[in-house]
Amino acid sequence: MHEHLNFPILSVIIFLPVMGALLVTMLSNRRPEWVKLCAVLVSVGNGAMSFWLMASFKTGNDDFQFVSQHDWISAWGISWHLGVDGISLFLVVLTGILFPLVILATDPHHDQKRYFAWMLLLEAGVMGSFLSLDLVLFFLFFEIVLVPMYFLIGGWGYDNRVYAATKFFLFTMFGSAFMLVGIVATAALARRDVGYLTFDLVVLAEQASFATNTGRWLFFSFAIAFAVKVPLFPFHTWLPDAHTQAPTGGSVILAGVMLKLGTYGFLRFGLYLFPEAAVWARPLFLTLATIGIVYGAIAATMQTDLKRLVAYSSVAHLGFIVLGTFAMTSQAITGGVMQMINHGVSTGALFLLVGMIYERRHTREISQLRGIQKVAPIFAAAFTVVMLSSIGVPGLNGFVGEFLVLIGSFQTARWWTIIATTGVILAALYLLWAYQRVFHGEPDESNATFAELKAREGLVLLVFIGIIGFTGLYPKPMLERIEPSVDRLIEHVVLHTDFETPAVIEAEK
Amino acid sequence: MNALLAETLVGPSIDWAGISPLLVLLGGSCLLLLVGSIFPRLPKGTYCAFTVLVSLTTAVAAMLQWRDVTKSGPRNLIADAVALDHFALLATIAISISIALVSLITDDYLRREDYDGPEMYALYLTAAIGGVVMASSNDLIVLFLGLETLSLSLYLLTASHRKRAESQEAGLKYFVLGGFSSAFFLYGIALTYGSTGSTNLSKISSALSGDSPFSQIDAMLLIGIGLMLVGLAFKVSAVPFHIWTPDVYEGAPSPVTAFMASAGKIAAFTALLRVLVVAFPTRIDDWRPAIWVLATLTVLAGSILAVMQTNVKRMLAFSSISHAGFLLVGVEAAGHAGDKDALAAVLTYLLLYAVLVIGSFAVVTVVAGKGDSHTTLDDFRGLGQRRPVMALALTVFLLAQAGMPATSGFIAKFGVIKAAAEVQSYSIAVIAMLGAVIAAFLYLRIMVSMWLADSTNDAELFVPVGAGIAIAFASVFTVAVGVYPGWLLDATRMVSDISISVIQAVDSTTDVPAG
Repeated sequence: MHEHLNFPILSVIIFLPVMGALLVTMLSNRRPEWVKLCAVLVSVGNGAMSFWLMASFKTGNDDFQFVSQHDWISAWGISWHLGVDGISLFLVVLTGILFPLVILATDPHHDQKRYFAWMLLLEAGVMGSFLSLDLVLFFLFFEIVLVPMYFLIGGWGYDNRVYAATKFFLFTMFGSAFMLVGIVATAALARRDVGYLTFDLVVLAEQASFATNTGRWLFFSFAIAFAVKVPLFPFHTWLPDAHTQAPTGGSVILAGVMLKLGTYGFLRFGLYLFPEAAVWARPLFLTLATIGIVYGAIAATMQTDLKRLVAYSSVAHLGFIVLGTFAMTSQAITGGVMQMINHGVSTGALFLLVGMIYERRHTREISQLRGIQKVAPIFAAAFTVVMLSSIGVPGLNGFVGEFLVLIGSFQTARWWTIIATTGVILAALYLLWAYQRVFHGEPDESNATFAELKAREGLVLLVFIGIIGFTGLYPKPMLERIEPSVDRLIEHVVLHTDFETPAVIEAEK
Repeated sequence: MNALLAETLVGPSIDWAGISPLLVLLGGSCLLLLVGSIFPRLPKGTYCAFTVLVSLTTAVAAMLQWRDVTKSGPRNLIADAVALDHFALLATIAISISIALVSLITDDYLRREDYDGPEMYALYLTAAIGGVVMASSNDLIVLFLGLETLSLSLYLLTASHRKRAESQEAGLKYFVLGGFSSAFFLYGIALTYGSTGSTNLSKISSALSGDSPFSQIDAMLLIGIGLMLVGLAFKVSAVPFHIWTPDVYEGAPSPVTAFMASAGKIAAFTALLRVLVVAFPTRIDDWRPAIWVLATLTVLAGSILAVMQTNVKRMLAFSSISHAGFLLVGVEAAGHAGDKDALAAVLTYLLLYAVLVIGSFAVVTVVAGKGDSHTTLDDFRGLGQRRPVMALALTVFLLAQAGMPATSGFIAKFGVIKAAAEVQSYSIAVIAMLGAVIAAFLYLRIMVSMWLADSTNDAELFVPVGAGIAIAFASVFTVAVGVYPGWLLDATRMVSDISISVIQAVDSTTDVPAG
């Protein structure tokens, strides 16, 4: 791999925002503009490093790259083990892009020092979760992101913020409780095979084997944490509350990257560590994912609050990712990973746009908004592009992921896929209908003064739209980096179970 | 006749160096009382500084012994009545650190309440003597003496605020209920003695092992173990023996509450482990289920009841019950054959929790103000605006108590869960973690009050130096251990030598001809 790279770039990506947060809190209150500048610089620096990571990532290599491994708590076999592969690479890049954009685009109404400090800490936590290759290290970051997000929602959110923040915190912690026991049990049981106590993901996945029932229990202890985080159907109730009450920046990050911790967790830990159990549990998760797709879409249609509508659309979109994950074909999982990025970009942008509407009108009620297209055509145009990307119109990024998921899933999970496809139609319904009500028609008195996009907002949205267009038209650079790692994961699953992918079946014929 | 007496009453040889931590504490408390009564007007802070000095000296003495034990192995002292091993020494160090931190909080508290004097410090030191004796006892009678020394000091400390009726009430309540529990414990000792022929833990263990006549199932012995468990469960405030805890924690002066929750818990849990692990390893199947039930009840009831409170002191009292449940999970894990990691996990938890809880109560003491009465949740409103740094420190303590990673609380919880998972006690581990989630709601409530609610009280909040030092130390320690726990884990790992001394003691009994 990168033998010549002595610079521990992954560790720096995690620690730079932490340093930035400390720096921000120590800046003087009398120079508020420095606070934002500092936060922007740190996050842009991190974004630049994630870009560098993408550029120097070796295409066609399915192994972990830029690996950084040190002892951390040697008494317990916990190590500081970081690495990036095709599955996590673009999530890191997405995190690296979203944070500077959010920090640039949103301004807290009070206590901006604390706001930016929490934001930067959140970035460190999210980056750490995507980069960790040690179970305990992953748990550490997975859990620690709750704290900044809790304070962001609780401190800068809307009317019902404390309730939403607490619900978010407790739901996620409930899931993590099982995962922690699962993590420890996994390592303790694997000691027999491995020979020593270790929480290293790669060692555990490659060397340990669990009795069938044990593996299933362990898988579920992880799965419940991820299912809450995604969120899968019965665990989703925290999401609309948290999204609606969070400040715009919080919503963007929550939808853009934090939900992906769950879907990423399924891939990285669920399938990789417990292939047998994951194959066994396929019907359950395919069903929950399909319910989530249809239910999320129907619920979104019924919403009167624009932000809640976007929140429910996330439930549906994340359902596609889980569908792809458990369909377990190369196309479906690659599509799922693509969809993680695309959803992050388009839903992130949607939340930003909804936030801009709220800043101007101080309401998100669809019934209060009318005819905005007339008074703010550029704003409406931007909204249209982002919305179409979220619907999954060909030529924009949303299409690539969803199409791959559906085509890949059709081979191994036919009926689920057929039902899930209705979700695509429903997505068009709820988004276009909302668009029609908000942007079409004659603006009434209160909407007539709706301000057009400002330069700064326009620039931020331009970045989003650029990504939307580029990935929609030319997804190859992403696909060729994602696919090798996905194939390797599927090989791992096939090797350890009696699961057969379509490719294997065809080869046998 | 005289000659005969002189011959039979040969006292045991005493290893003075081995009990040097105890001697330092004893000398310190006597000196403190003596000097305090001779010179009534000493410069302010002298008593506190002296107590801190005594406790640090104790810790240093214990560390010297630690080196000695590492080199030459654990052993029993004073006719096998006291054990000198890493387990006892770590408990001693933890208790010393607790007194030092609590004294720092007490300093300004006493001046604020117009009670400045040496009494409370002297009582801390005597209580610490009791605690250290409990942690290092190898004989039930000695353990009982330690228990009573600790308890009597605590009764007095609880009732020491003479102007607050709640303090008096709490002291009396604690005294009456504590008296009951001591009686249970004592009766348990008597029955155990009756069925094994000894009060020495090592000898009980050997009497019950193998083919000795005592090794069969024996109703009297089981009742004895049960009664001792009741007595100790009261001390560790395990549900359903926890009724006293919220009232006493709320009524006692805030620094004393910190002392009970830290040093008191360390002493009680180490005594519990001594009795169960050293004396009754052959009766694991009898006591482990009881601990299982106590642990799950304690962790769940503690967390659920904590959520319903509106007084921060009561909240922390119930949260300490929930933590006791977590510790009992570790004790349960220690009840599985062959596992010694659990002991290290419990002691680590005790040490880390002690620092956490003292830090939390230090903030409570400062916020409580004159009269020690402003402790409702509303009194914490807007603390983030009034005293952001202190609020941040309390946030760290609360997050750590909730078990958030990168704090010492995570290390503590992880150790216990790991110990339970390694002996396949998965169900109890899951129940404990769910209890932790419920308890997290309580910590969030306090944090909401501090950060997300506006202040109703604009009065300047004064942070005294002593409490400030204690809070700063505790918060730095909490984060430092959370990020870099290796050194602590390497040290606490050594406490698994608890039952090595048993074998020696049994050997020594065989050497001595029967008298």
